[in-house]
Amino acid sequence: MTARYVRRFSRTERAVHWVNALFFLTLLGSGLVLYLPSLAAAVGRRPTVKDVHFWAGIGWFAALALVALAGDSRGLARTARELDAFGVEDRRWLAGRRPAPQGRFNAGQKLNAALTAAFTLLFGASGLLLWLGERDTRYRFASTVILHDGLMYASLVLLVGHLYLAVVHPATRHALRGMTLGTVREDWAAEHHERWNAES
Amino acid sequence: MDEPQAGGERRYGRAVFLGTVATGLSSLLWARPLWSRVSHAAGPLESLVPLVPAGGWRIYTVAATMPRFDPATWRLRIGGRVARPAVLSYDELRALPHAAEVRDFHCVTGWTVHGVHWRGVRVRDLLDHVGASPAAGGVRFVSAEQPYVDSLTMQQALLPDVLLAWEMNGQPLPREHGAPIRLVMPEMYGYKNVKWVEGIDVVAHADNGYWENLGYDRDAWVGRSNGYSS
Repeated sequence: MTARYVRRFSRTERAVHWVNALFFLTLLGSGLVLYLPSLAAAVGRRPTVKDVHFWAGIGWFAALALVALAGDSRGLARTARELDAFGVEDRRWLAGRRPAPQGRFNAGQKLNAALTAAFTLLFGASGLLLWLGERDTRYRFASTVILHDGLMYASLVLLVGHLYLAVVHPATRHALRGMTLGTVREDWAAEHHERWNAES
Repeated sequence: MDEPQAGGERRYGRAVFLGTVATGLSSLLWARPLWSRVSHAAGPLESLVPLVPAGGWRIYTVAATMPRFDPATWRLRIGGRVARPAVLSYDELRALPHAAEVRDFHCVTGWTVHGVHWRGVRVRDLLDHVGASPAAGGVRFVSAEQPYVDSLTMQQALLPDVLLAWEMNGQPLPREHGAPIRLVMPEMYGYKNVKWVEGIDVVAHADNGYWENLGYDRDAWVGRSNGYSS
C-alpha cells in the first residue's frame, strides 16, 4: 500500500521556521559562551563572540522580515489568524478532554507559536537595551540582563519539549517531515489533525 | 458527539502573545528587586541547586584570551610617585600583611554575587610599603589583559576595604577571576575591580579607565552612579 501525502506547510512557513531555528541556535550558542564562565574561559575572544551574538540578533529580525516580505505574506497572515484562533475543540484539548479533533495546528502548537513569537520580540528588545546600555546609561536597567537570561531559560524549556515531540516521540515525530518536505502522511494527519484533514 | 465550532472561537493566541510581551517588558521594572528577594531567601538553596552558573558570576573580558598565571615568572610592578618602586613576586606579595573582606559583588549590568570571601593585602598597606607620595592624586591598576586599565583616586584607594586579593572563597583566585590577583573595591561596580593586575602606578590624578573611556562613570559607587540611584 503506498502512502498518500497531504501538504501541511507552505514553503514560506517552512522558511520562517528554519530561519528562526538557525538564528535561535546561533544566538543560543554564542550567548552561552558569553554567559557560562567555563565556556567563556575555554573560548575566550569575548569581543568577537559579542559581535557574533549582536549581528546574529540583527540578522534574525532582518531574515524574518525578508522571508515575510519576499515570501507569501498573505499566506503568513492567514497562518497567524489560524494560530490565533482557539476553537471549542482546542479548549477541550487544552483541558485534557478527549476526543478533541484538532486543526492543522493543535492547541499546544498554537500556544508554542504565540510564546515563541513573544519571546523573540522580548529577546530583541532586551538585547537591544543591553547593547544600548553599554553605550549610554539612559538605556541601562538593572533588570534587563535578568529578563534576557530568563527568556533563555524559558526558551530552552520550550526547545527541549519541541525537539522531543519533533524528533523523539514516536507518535508525533512524523511532523518533522511536514516541516522539512512540506507534506505528511494522510493517515497520520487524519489521526493527529482530524479536523484539518477533514477540511482539506 | 461533535460540538459545533461556530461562534466558539477565542483569540487566545494574541492574548498569550500580548500578555507575555507585556509581562516581559514590565519585568524591566520588577525583575531585579524580585530576584534580589528570591536569591536572598534562597541563599542556602542556591548553593545546592545552582539556578545560575558558577554562583551567579559572569565572566567579562575585553581581550582575545585570558592571561595565564605562571608563579615562576609572574611579577607585580609598583611604580610612579613612590619612594621605593618595587617588583614583587607572588610569594613576596603574599608575605605582606593579610586582610580579609566578605562583601557583595555588584556588576553594573545588574547582577550581584552575595557574600564573596576575599583575602589579600590592603591597597593602603601596599601603598605604605612602597612609600606612595602623599601629594599623589590617583592610583592606576594595569591589567595583564590588555588594554584593560582602571584608576581610583588616592582617597578611594586608601579606603580600608580596598584589597588586592589572591584568594576567593578560600581558594587561590581562579584564572577567570583574574589570577593571581585582582583589585577588590567593594563599594564600586565590578568594572573598577581590575582583574589580572600586573602593574600599579601612583599618579598625579585618577584617569579614565577602559570602560570610562566608553562612557561609564569614573566614580562608580554602587547604587549611585551609571544612571542608577537607590
